[in-house]
Amino acid sequence: MAKPMEQIKWQELEVGAIAVEVGNAREYETGTWRSERPVVNKDQCIKCGVCWIFCPDACIIQAAQGHFEADLTYCKGCGICARECPVGCISMVSEEEG
Amino acid sequence: MDRFSVFSSRLVEKAEYFTSGHRACQGCAEALAVRLVMKALGRDTIVAMATGCMEIISSPLPTTAWKVPWIHVAFENSSAVVSGCEAGMKAMMRKGKLNQKKINFVAMGGDGSTADIGMGPLSGALERGHDMLYVCYDNEAYMNTGIQRSSATPFGASTTTSPAGKKSIGQQTQKKNLPQIAVAHDIPYVATACSSFPFDLMQKVKKASAISGPAYIHILSVCPTGWRIQPHDAIRYGRLAVDANVFPLYEVENGEYRLTYTPYKVLPVREYLKGQGRFRHLTDKEIELIQKNVENDYAKLLKKCGGQG
Ligand SMILES: Cc1ncc(C[n+]2csc(CCOP(=O)(O)OP(=O)(O)O)c2C)c(N)n1
Ligand code: SF4
Ligand code: SF4
Ligand code: SF4
Ligand SMILES: [Mg+2]
Repeated sequence: MAKPMEQIKWQELEVGAIAVEVGNAREYETGTWRSERPVVNKDQCIKCGVCWIFCPDACIIQAAQGHFEADLTYCKGCGICARECPVGCISMVSEEEG
Repeated sequence: MDRFSVFSSRLVEKAEYFTSGHRACQGCAEALAVRLVMKALGRDTIVAMATGCMEIISSPLPTTAWKVPWIHVAFENSSAVVSGCEAGMKAMMRKGKLNQKKINFVAMGGDGSTADIGMGPLSGALERGHDMLYVCYDNEAYMNTGIQRSSATPFGASTTTSPAGKKSIGQQTQKKNLPQIAVAHDIPYVATACSSFPFDLMQKVKKASAISGPAYIHILSVCPTGWRIQPHDAIRYGRLAVDANVFPLYEVENGEYRLTYTPYKVLPVREYLKGQGRFRHLTDKEIELIQKNVENDYAKLLKKCGGQG
């Protein structure tokens, strides 16, 4: 979007309430909702992609080295990836503990 | 088997047509279902979606989580709008005003929209024989407006309009069997699916899109907020529903029934009910009754599948 979402006034919306940019929900960073963050043990990851397929927020990405990890810009910290990982190499870490 | 031992993520479409940044609750398996359905359909798809959680969380103006043409319609008329898109674009292709192309025309709605409010338009669209797919995301209540019961809410579930209490066990009626209602329209394809079984789900959506004529897919979509479970358990509860035969996975192709999954070990229904806040009040006797009902329903389904199981 040309300017931050919160600065857009209703008069500037398209007639007929049309959203003209596809997929621009990505400008809203749901990662700010998170209280826990998934941390992957890269050495244990078998690169199966189970975490990727089950993430409701489509925010797991494959790193250059091949293992999978969460994109923290969008990760809401639901813990599904950690729960579903077949080798159990994802742990949820409190954001407060840093 | 509680977790997968084999996986073939490499075969799955990498592109996302339902993007990050949507505002569904943490661990929403209904949002996951939408994501998987869209992966299976691909970009040549037009969606009309009834109001409900998935519409609200994906489209606060001026943003949208959709990467395909997507129309927000009222609560009742997603099937009518998609019928019109299909008929209109077909006519334009016939007259040479649009290039010939295979397009997926898809209507989507929640269980409230499908089982109650949009039932008439859905029945009409199926009966008229449009080349379209209807996807019902069934989280077993009107979640978007605060967990009110629908006719697809299961017996015994506590919702804000079927509250459990001294004189009530929660929902007092049996879950309306929407897939069977779709089958009664004699359409070419009907299936049930669940986002805890992503490959089965995507396979069915692909099949539905390839078939010409109306198709109906009913997806059990676990809602941690309304079911009162932990967000990280959303996938697990979908699996429990299927493994306890509460929500069997099957398809009906031209009237032929087929189970697409049989539990390795059928779990007691109690395993599925346990831990869900909406069923917390149920007594052993009531759980026994639900177990009997599940067994009866499954036996009827098996019969339709020709005894397969
Ligand atoms: C005719 C009409 N009645 C009521 C509403 C208010 N309303 C909007 S969404 C919703 C609940 C949707 O429930 P469901 O279809 O099950 O979808 P879910 O939110 O559970 O995914 C209701 C009651 C409306 N928009 N239009
Ligand atoms: S599920 Fe676990 S093992 Fe599989 S890719 Fe994700 S982190 Fe790696
Ligand atoms: S915690 Fe949830 S949102 Fe975050 S990456 Fe894992 S599955 Fe996705
Ligand atoms: S209320 Fe339920 S279905 Fe709606 S967004 Fe939240 S988890 Fe998903
Ligand atoms: Mg619902």
